[in-house]
Parts: sequence; C-alpha cells; structure tokens
Amino acid sequence: MALRELKVCLLGDTGVGKSSIVWRFVEDSFDPNINPTIGASFMTKTVQYQNELHKFLIWDTAGQERFRALAPMYYRGSAAAIIVYDITKEESFQMLKNWVKELRQHGPPNIVVAIAGNKCDLSDAREVSEKDAKDYADSIHAIFVETSAKNAININEIFLEISQRIPVVDSGGGAAGKGFKLRRQPSETRRTCC
Amino acid sequence: MEADVHNTNAPVENGSLAPVDRLRHERSDSPTPGLVEGTEPGAGQDSAMFVHAQSFEDLTADDGEQEQELSEEGTDGTLETQEQESGESRDGGGESGEAQDTQAEEEQEDEEAQSSGGRDKEEDVTSEAWRRHRKHVFVLSEAGKPIYSRYGTEEALSSTMGVMMALVSFVEAEKNVIRSIHAEDYKVVFLRKSPLVLVGVSRTRQSERELTRELLYIYYQIISLLTLTQLNHIFQHKQNYDLRRLLAGSEHLTDNLLRLLDRDPGLLLSAVTCLPLPSSSRDVISSSLQAAKAKSLVFSILLAGNRLVTLVRKKDQFLHHMDLHLLFNLVGSSSSFREGEGWTPICLPKFNTAGFFHAHISYLEPASDLCLILVSTDREDFFNLSDCKRRFLERLRRRSAYQALQEALRTPSYSVSQVGIAELRHFVYKSKSSGLYTSPEIPIPYQSEEEQERLMGLYQYLHSCMHHPTRPLRSIYRCGERENLLAWVTSGFELYLCFSPLGTKEQAMAAISKLLKWIRKEEDRLFILSPQTY
Repeated sequence: MALRELKVCLLGDTGVGKSSIVWRFVEDSFDPNINPTIGASFMTKTVQYQNELHKFLIWDTAGQERFRALAPMYYRGSAAAIIVYDITKEESFQMLKNWVKELRQHGPPNIVVAIAGNKCDLSDAREVSEKDAKDYADSIHAIFVETSAKNAININEIFLEISQRIPVVDSGGGAAGKGFKLRRQPSETRRTCC
Repeated sequence: MEADVHNTNAPVENGSLAPVDRLRHERSDSPTPGLVEGTEPGAGQDSAMFVHAQSFEDLTADDGEQEQELSEEGTDGTLETQEQESGESRDGGGESGEAQDTQAEEEQEDEEAQSSGGRDKEEDVTSEAWRRHRKHVFVLSEAGKPIYSRYGTEEALSSTMGVMMALVSFVEAEKNVIRSIHAEDYKVVFLRKSPLVLVGVSRTRQSERELTRELLYIYYQIISLLTLTQLNHIFQHKQNYDLRRLLAGSEHLTDNLLRLLDRDPGLLLSAVTCLPLPSSSRDVISSSLQAAKAKSLVFSILLAGNRLVTLVRKKDQFLHHMDLHLLFNLVGSSSSFREGEGWTPICLPKFNTAGFFHAHISYLEPASDLCLILVSTDREDFFNLSDCKRRFLERLRRRSAYQALQEALRTPSYSVSQVGIAELRHFVYKSKSSGLYTSPEIPIPYQSEEEQERLMGLYQYLHSCMHHPTRPLRSIYRCGERENLLAWVTSGFELYLCFSPLGTKEQAMAAISKLLKWIRKEEDRLFILSPQTY
C-alpha cells in the first residue's frame, strides 16, 4: 500500500485547544489541565485512506504571541493547516481571520485550510455562531467543522476531510517524501539539513 | 593571618565566636587536611562539565556589587551558635537570626494563608492572607507597569508596583541605588536590571544576597524566553509596553522556578545532582549520546526528573548551572513535552543573552521520567535532531545500559542510613570542582512539604552564613530544638549536615570524615566523573 506523508500544522490563538485536538487524534486522550505548548510539538499518526496510507506529520504550534514569528517555519511546506478557534471566545475567531490572511499571503499556494471551532461541548457559553463561521469558511473555500477534543467530536473527521481534499496525485509538489525538511521552498537552499 | 584578625575584631555581640586558638585547633583537626579543589570526592577526572562557578558569588558577580571584593578577601572563621531553651536566638547571621519556634509559627500561619488563598491568582490583594505569604516576588517595567506577581493578579497590584517604581526612582534621582529595606519581619529587596525592576518581599530568614540571587534567577527566566536583545528592543521602542503579552503562558514557569528555589538544594548551591548509576552504565549512555551527534548540536542532556543522567557538550563549550536549572525548570513545569517531540527556541542567558538556541525536548518513553534535551544552534534542524534521538535510543537499547537505567529509576536514590552515621538525618555534599552535589532521600521527619521547605530554609541559613559577604565562615555548628546542624566548607567541597537533636558536637565532627570516606567510596555511582564531549 502506498504511503503518503502529509504535513499538517495547527494554528490559532492561545488556549483554543490545538494540542488537545492533536492529542485526541493521535493518542485518543484528553487532559483538562494541559500546560500551554512551548514552541511547537511534533507528532505523527498514520491512517488508512482508501487504498493509501496517510501518515500525518503534525506540527502543533504554540499560540502565544512570542512564538508568532516562528509560524512560517511550520506552515511553509505544509499540505494542510488546521486553524482553530474557541467557539466561546469571539476574539479567537478574529485571530483566526488574521491567520487565514497570513496563510494567503505567505503560505504555500495549494495549502488546504481547515477551520475547527473547538470546545463545541460548551455551547452554553457560545460567542461565535456556527452559521457565521460556516459562511466565513465557505467564502475562503475552507473545510469547516465544530469540534470537541474533550468529547471526541469531529476530530478524526477533520483529518479525514483533509485526506479527501489533498490532490490524489502529488501535483502540488506535496510534502510527501520530503518529511526531512521543515521548509521545502526550492529557492531556499541554504541551511538544509541533509 | 588577616582572616583571624578579622575574626577577633568582629563584634562579640553573639557571645559565641570561637576564640582564635580554638579556631586553629579545629583547623588542624580538619578531617581531610590535604583535600583541595579537584581532588575532593566527586571531582571530575577530566575537565568539568560546567562553567566554573565556585559558589553563588560568581552568580551575582555580574551585578557589579562591590560586596564582591569584600567577600574575596577570604575571611575564614568558625562560628558556633547554641540555641538556648528559652528560644533566644544567638546565631551569627545577625539580621537573619530568628528563633526557630517563631519561624515554625510563621510557617503555620503561612500554611493557613495558603489554604485560604491558595495559589489562586484571583486572591484578594488587600487581604491579610495575601500579606502573610512568605515570599512575594514582583517584576515590573521601568515605567512601573506590572509584569509578574507571584500572588494575586498584576492588574490589582498596579498601584503597589507604581509605589515600588517610585521608590526606585526617588533614590536614583540622588544618584544612588536602592538595594533593600529592612522592616521588623520583612525584607524588601530590589534588583534593578534595566529594562526590568524586580522586587522581593520576604519573611524568611534568607539574607539580602540570597534574595537578590533568587530575583536574578527570575530575571534570567524572563531573558531565557525573550533574549535581552529583544527585551531592550521592545522597551526602547515603547517604554510603557505591557510585557505580559509576550510572556503569556509562561507564568507557570516562573511560579515553578520560585517553588524550586524554595525546595531544591541545587539552586542554592549552584550545583546539579545526578541519578545514582553504576559508572559503567553511565559511560555507555554518555558514549551513545556522544555518538548521536549532529553538526549543530551544542549540548545533549539526559535528565531523570530533576536529576542529571549525563551531559555531553561540544568541546570548548560549557554550560552554566543557572542555564541548566532553567532547562530543568522548563521541562519540569510543562506537561506539554510529555507527548510528541518539542521544538522550542530558548535563550541560555549565562551563555549568551543575545540569541536563541533551539532545543529538541522529548521523553524517551511516554510514561518514563527520562527526558532528552538536545540543544542546537540551528532553528531548521529539528528532523536532524529527531534522528539523533532515534540513533541514541537504538544504541542504548542494543546494550544493557538501558536496563540498568530503568532499574536505577525504579529504585529510590539512597537513604541516609546506608551511610551508617548515628544521629545523621540528612546531608548535602557539593563537590566544587565538578559542580555536582549529592544528597540522600529526604527522611521521614522532613517529608511533608512544609517540613521539607523548613529543612531547606535551615540549609539556606547555613549557606548564607558560610557565604557572608564580609564575614564568611568555614564551619558552623548550630543546636536547635528539632535538629542540630553543621556546615563545613573547604576549597574543595561544601557540606551541610542535619543531625537529630540528640547528637553531640563530637559526633557531628567525627561524621564529616566518615561521610567523606563513604562518598569517596560511592563517588563512581553518585557523580559523573568522566564527562564527555563531542
């Protein structure tokens, strides 16, 4: 069975649950008292998609402002980006729009964007309506789901949708086979590691 | 000798300074006359792993404190103190001398304060409970903007911090520097590290210098996240910038560092402790780590909880204890490295305050305590380092060392009873040339959190007597109601011992050489004797 490596990065404001989504996906576990991610964390998980194996190389980035400047290192060369916001925090949804803008300007041209409205188990405290978010996602042709890492809602689904959206043949130059570089832009040949 | 002159001239207010002839007698009675730096138990065979920091004087040296010169005159002396039944304190620390019972009382109160207020950030800063915390730490900008407070929210304290800044500015206007304020039960210590101001308010018995050193740790903690260059740049740009924006999510690191300062003898002694391990196993681990190198690698560090298993460094590059403690703190206070592989920029301020290293941080196995830190100069080198880790693990598993390592992790370090000295409850021994220390498990009477901190408080007190800026001591013996203490410092080692109150001074003195012999016998296991380089 063919193995494809898909580099995915998670972006979004601090405390929206990026790490929790990854933990749920990779380990199927949830820790309510998780500390903020420092820098970035790398994990992998392989899932079967049709007649291929998709190995997700996941970069879970820290949401704090002091790590903002590092983000390009992670989204460059990504096949997909999951941008996460917290449905109980309007501010985090505004931040998401900034991330979309940044990806459009500086990200790889064919990057698949997925928007995850996390913490949907806390709908009592909702500040961002599902419809607004859905409309926004449609306007930028992004995948959209509301998720709950806590209750394991739509976590696998979002990765499955990414698998579906990734072009079948490696037309975009994809991250496949080149998992050994953080960036893959051919112009930047200095300081490659291998 | 100058030292003795100094001693005889010293005020006899305490009535407990040993006469000079007695002093000479005890010196010649020194248990290990020929023991000088580099030959003490635990001294490395080759070069040291760390930047050579003898004691905490080195750490505060960059403060530009004039006290430095004073302490370098090297006045030696012996001071004995005897605490009377009445609880009348007679120790030589002067200002820091408080009777033990009072301290115990205070601690109890503090405990109450903790249970009512807890470490809740929301606690009421006007309440008595807030005031009664043993040690407050505040960080503010030169514009007087709050950056960090150990207890209570920064917002609620903005006027308090405004007053602090006003005090600093007021004294500076006269071309002077405010160092500390001594009130009845409190010491307020100021550390000016432009563009930051750090203030500690303490009800402990620690000396002003110890408190300043702790503030310095907090300062370096902040630098390790931002670099000094970036910090300066920010405040040059915008004087009233709210630095909390950039430090968001790091508060628990500072909180945890303050806890370590209260509890970990390593931070007090500028030293690191090792996981006890047969030297053959440690050598295999070190050489496996050494073999798994990469061009950009500067330090490879394997930790077991807060103990060092091994450290391999690039030739000619040394790590400073303080930087290593900051790495310990980073790893120890974050569950986020538990899963996956972490990759983070980190500034090691004692190495270079201007730039970031990039650290690959991961646990060898998800549930184990073994954490590998690979420090690199290249921020794009993650996968290369990830490969180093894989190679290291492969090598390790092929040999039996991994088994031994797992075994060492499972067994408790060692208990003081193994040393076989009557009435000895606990000790801390630091080899000065290697910068490593060893200490048995905390014994039963000190196992609770408060008691552990009390024991540490006693060691801190001894330490500040030994390293007194104008009147450092070589030894001190102190009888208390709950324990007897002895500290002994030579050019090769520092030793702090805690005996049951039933022990006698003769026993205590005899214990030193017995203990040194034991440590010498066990040094292969307790210390890293042959550090490796790439």
